[in-house]
Amino acid sequence: MNKRFLSLWFRHLLTDRIVLKRPELKDVPFVIAASICNRIVITATNSLAESHGIYREMALADARAIVPDLEVIEHIQDNDEKLLTALGEWCIRYSPQVAVNLPDSLVLDISGCAHLWGGERKYLKEIVNRLISKGYDVRGAIADTVGAAWAVAHFGKIKPIIEAGGQESALLSLHPVALRLDSAILERLQKLGFYSVRNFISISRSALRRRFGKDFLLRLDQALGNEEEPLELIQPIEPYAERLPSLEPINTRTGIEIAIKKLLKNLCKRLVSEGKGIRIAVLKCYRVDGKVIQISIGCNRPSTHVGHLFKLFELKIELIKPQLGIELFTLEAPKVEDTSMEQELLWLSEGCGLEDASLGVLLDTLANKIGADKIHRYLPEERYWPEQSIKLASSLGDKPQTSWCKNKLRPSLLLPKPERIEVSSLLPDNPPMLFVYKGVRHVVKKADDAERIERSWWEDKGLHRDYYVIEDEEGRRYWIFRSGHYTDEQSDWYLHGFFA
Amino acid sequence: MGQLNTKKDIINKLQQDIMLLQGYKSVSGCTAKKVGLGVIESAFPNAVFPTGAIHEFLNTEPENAAAGSGFIAGILKTLMLQGGVCLWIGTSRQLFPPGLTAFNVAAERVIFIDAKEEKQVLWVMEQALKCEGLAAVIAEVREVNIIQSRRLQLAIEGSGVTGFLLRNDPRKLGANTCVARWKISSLPSALEDGLPGVGSPRWRVDLLRVRNGNPNSWKLEWTAAGFVAVDDKPEIEFAEPLIIGQHA
Repeated sequence: MNKRFLSLWFRHLLTDRIVLKRPELKDVPFVIAASICNRIVITATNSLAESHGIYREMALADARAIVPDLEVIEHIQDNDEKLLTALGEWCIRYSPQVAVNLPDSLVLDISGCAHLWGGERKYLKEIVNRLISKGYDVRGAIADTVGAAWAVAHFGKIKPIIEAGGQESALLSLHPVALRLDSAILERLQKLGFYSVRNFISISRSALRRRFGKDFLLRLDQALGNEEEPLELIQPIEPYAERLPSLEPINTRTGIEIAIKKLLKNLCKRLVSEGKGIRIAVLKCYRVDGKVIQISIGCNRPSTHVGHLFKLFELKIELIKPQLGIELFTLEAPKVEDTSMEQELLWLSEGCGLEDASLGVLLDTLANKIGADKIHRYLPEERYWPEQSIKLASSLGDKPQTSWCKNKLRPSLLLPKPERIEVSSLLPDNPPMLFVYKGVRHVVKKADDAERIERSWWEDKGLHRDYYVIEDEEGRRYWIFRSGHYTDEQSDWYLHGFFA
Repeated sequence: MGQLNTKKDIINKLQQDIMLLQGYKSVSGCTAKKVGLGVIESAFPNAVFPTGAIHEFLNTEPENAAAGSGFIAGILKTLMLQGGVCLWIGTSRQLFPPGLTAFNVAAERVIFIDAKEEKQVLWVMEQALKCEGLAAVIAEVREVNIIQSRRLQLAIEGSGVTGFLLRNDPRKLGANTCVARWKISSLPSALEDGLPGVGSPRWRVDLLRVRNGNPNSWKLEWTAAGFVAVDDKPEIEFAEPLIIGQHA
């Protein structure tokens, strides 16, 4: 069967997208610019800027000279590919085979699709109109080959649909640029006076190869249909979701449990085959009376273990109130991650680390019941200020960047907020002789020398602290500090921790 | 004489059997885990510190809580030796992770759980005790009754994790299934030759109650090498409250 291709050219792909997001830019000339080799270069323009004579690859300074109040938007790397892929996924409704043709076009293999829309003319009109109504400036063309469709979409002046076998005559009047050639070859063609395809199409192939190389002939053959052109098709990712309709409305706990297990089993089977694991799963229960109840679970590590995931759901089953009954269950996994292959242990080590699988299972259970914000793990931080000397670990795999400080004595218990104490001391820089904490008088028997801890001056200004380790007459050990220097009128003393 | 010997043997044998029935497996020397408690371990059946059981620590004041957590940290050092992880559960946690380094405990392998209420602490502890991947579980609770402690004991039986209950300011000391009841209090430290300053932590360790063992009291000091008994002989002055404590 004869193949037919549709090429869609988005003339202002990136700028149209920005106008969709920011409608106030619709009637303003603006450009997208990126800094390349110390120069700010325009990478895309809208039609208004083009009408002022601004073109791509122009330096931004030159463009500003033409239009002083030119709006400039920063270029985002690979944005065009993302956008084209999204548009391509949308186009799958017209043809199952869609490919992205960077930088600004899409190619659809429409063999056997057009008649569903009542012919190629109506088909093309439908696609182009739909895209234009969305706000994209698009041109389309249909031909037997990708090359010809691309050429006509970009440079065609007469008609957008080239009938079967007519690509050669359609190409004749076009500039060689329509053949998607390298700039070096184009320059040579220009120099030799080949201003249209007609000029060289009758020259013998061996002469053309000698002068312009193999790539030139390949492009020509692809446009004429003598050579196949492979397409890299867009493969849309199927969402990770499972459905389970029930014959009779379900309103018992056992029924819900069976449903969850079935859904998990099917979903996990697919995930295992793709090497992925669930991080977040959402269960939706569609009730007979039209209400939807939703419960969700999260895991610390990607998991495909049905038993474990079921246990996490089990904690929340009581939140589902079936009332008259549930007629449909759906299970989605909005967040999946690659799982690392689990290697079987050769030797079972006696110790058990943070990587232990059962620990992950336990923490998932706890996080789902009491909340993940209630679970903490601390890593050392290179700071002396006691409250700042630890930081929260973000995940189980987080390794400490530095080692714990060992040469400075730190208390076992630290009060969340230092508590004020009354002291009497003999000499200015000596530890106190006695202190009163919560109404009880403690006589200091032994004490270590002061350890001065300064604040991080670049962050907050405040008084330093002079810490003392002291022991009272009963052997209880405390960590107290004086805020700031010793002064006659008032020195503030605080109790901050208890030693073992 | 031979008759007496056999009688004694029989009694010993029976005692061993009872202990087996109660869940104490006699461990051969090489597999027995020493936790570095030295003399104290002799107070336990088979002279082995029971891991895979729940120990209860009484604290009446915050200073004691510090001593208790220090003592536990000393035991954790051995329990967490091979990269083990422990869980510390509480409602109003004050434990300062850098303070654990003094006891050679890798503080980054301690996971803290802040529960909302006592009931939740016990629920979390029960879940955690079922997890074989943990070295120890420490929970700060005020009250625990016999049913709750039995639930914890049952959770342990499958996993063999060691549990510690830190009972801050307990109101009533009812019966429970904990294997041992401890009380740790601070003692004045001492430096050699009367040097000034605060020395290594020193505690009075009262083992108030222990199943199938001998309650006793010791003086311990924590040094770089681990627990060191300050005085091998239990002091007579502590003998009296001990017996009372045993029946309390």
